[in-house]
This record gives sequence, structure tokens and C-alpha cells, in this order.
Amino acid sequence: MNNSTFFLYLLVMAGTTYLIRTIPFLLVKGKIKSRFWKSFLYYIPYAVLAAMTLPGVMFATGSWITALAGVLIAIIISFKKDNLLLVAVVACAVVYVTGLIPGVMGK
Amino acid sequence: MQRKLSVKEFKRGLLAGIPIALGYLSVSFTFGIMAVSCGLSWWQALVVSMTNVTSAGQLAGVQVMMLPGQYIPMLISQCTINVRYSFMSISLTQKVDPSFHGAKRAIAGFTVTDEIFGVASREEKLNFAFFEGLSALPYFGWALGTLGGALLGQVLPEQIMLALNMGLYAMFIAIVVPEMKKSKAVVMVVGIAVAISCIFKFVPGFKEVPAGIAISVSAIVASLVMAICKPVEEAENE
Repeated sequence: MNNSTFFLYLLVMAGTTYLIRTIPFLLVKGKIKSRFWKSFLYYIPYAVLAAMTLPGVMFATGSWITALAGVLIAIIISFKKDNLLLVAVVACAVVYVTGLIPGVMGK
Repeated sequence: MQRKLSVKEFKRGLLAGIPIALGYLSVSFTFGIMAVSCGLSWWQALVVSMTNVTSAGQLAGVQVMMLPGQYIPMLISQCTINVRYSFMSISLTQKVDPSFHGAKRAIAGFTVTDEIFGVASREEKLNFAFFEGLSALPYFGWALGTLGGALLGQVLPEQIMLALNMGLYAMFIAIVVPEMKKSKAVVMVVGIAVAISCIFKFVPGFKEVPAGIAISVSAIVASLVMAICKPVEEAENE
């Protein structure tokens, strides 16, 4: 990709990302009193991550079977241990290994 | 005295950031591979990671970059995918130390990510030194992993690259599941968000909606519904 196009895209992308994080951080100064908005703020990160993961992950590994195996193992490990790295490494390994089974890839 | 305390807090943050940094190393490796396969050069992939520090936003962003002249779609997709950071930043304003204001917030805002937010939220009074310590190693991990993926991606077999795509999603699962264990309401908000997200993926008429917008709508609707049906107890949000 040529540099002028790249940097123009980068400016839009990084600028938007920075401002969307920082503007609310700078503007909200007091305590939010409303129980409704406090609840909304509590739920939103989990809702975003959930919506991003399912069903998207099922199309990310070249086969829904390997993806399902990866998701299940990730859920089981994170249920038992609070360790991001462990979950990520084992889930990737499980996707790789199940992908070696004949006939699984491409489904 | 004040200075000593800050150094101590910074170090405490560095330690807390180690697991996130290691997680980012593997996840950004995936991003590096993807960015190069989309047509970026290795240094362009690195610059994207060092200026954005966001997983899903970068993933969508490099895909938009492949088409010419898509500046407005780029803006819209980044806004919708990353709008969750606004809510995280607002949530952090409720926990920060009184001296954590102005320029400090302008600096800290740069590294508000899902995982850093997750750890920072566990602080009772969040201070700037701790937050910057917490951000430092994940930031370098994110850059280093991207560089590794961008340079080594071409030599890895396709099967390994597909398996590495799982890393990002596995990390998301690892953030959500422990909270689902603690709260039935979080189980419900996750269920609703996934259901709406599936409608956007599979139902004709809905599946034409761009992924970034679909994710934000799913999350906002699910959170609004649960905030109405099951507002959290004061203690749960402190």
C-alpha cells in the first residue's frame, strides 16, 4: 500500500480510536448517580465481548468444528482459572490439533 | 514521599500488566499475520498497532484499508466497534483518584483496552502511576507481537495461522466467563447480546448490516434491557 494512502487511513483510524476513548474520560468529572446508567456501564463491556465472539469465532478458523472445540475448551479453562494467556494458548492448540483430523477442515 | 509512592504504584502496575502483555503477544501476532496478508508492509502493521492499541478495531480497520477512498466507512466502523471504550472510560471516571485528571487522563485514555480496563476496574481508587505501569508492558507486548507476526507470518503454514485466529476470541471468553460465574445477570446480558448478534449474522435483511454496527447495536440493546430488568446493586458496581 502506498504511504500517502496508508497515513491518511491511519490518521482517521487512530484519531477516531483515541478520541472515542479520551473525550468521555476528560468530560465526565463527577459521580454518576443514576442506578440505571451505572447498571448499563457495568453490563456493556461483557455484552460487547460476547457479541464480538459469537457467532464471529465460528467463521475464523477455517472450520466450525475446530472453532467449536476451541470455544468449549476456552470456556472450561476460564471457568476454572483466571488466566488470559493460558486460555489463549490452549484454545489455539486445540484448534490446531482438531484441524489435523481428516475431513474437518473446510466444514 | 509522594514521588516514592508513585514509583511503587508504577511497579505494582507493571506486575499486574505481565499476564496481559503475554496474552497480547500471542493475539497481536495474529494481527500482524492478518495485516500483512491484507497487503500492509511489516512496518505499516507495526505502526497501526502502536497508534491504535485495539484488537477488534484494528482487525476491521486493515480490512477497510484494502479498498480505496473508504475514509467515511473507516470513521463509522471505528466509532461503532470502539464505542465500548467510551463506556469503559466513563466507568473509570467513577473510580479514579482525585489527582487523576486533565493531562493525565488525556495520556491514560490512549491505552484503555478491554483487558487493561478489566484489571484497572478492580482497583478501589485508581491512580495514574498504577495505570501507566499497568499499560506499559501490554503496550510493548502488543507492538512486539505485531512485529513478530508481520515478519514471520509468511513462513508459517496456513493451518497454524488459522489456529492463531482463535487467540483473540479465547481472550474475550477468558474475560467474560469469570464474571458470568459471579453474576446470573451477566449470563443473561451475554445471552441476549449473542442472540441479537446471531440475528445480524444469519437473518436476511439484517445480515447486510456492517459487522461493526451489528456488534454495537447488539451490545447496547442487551445492556439497556438488562439495566432496565436487573439494575445492579450498589455494591456490585463499586
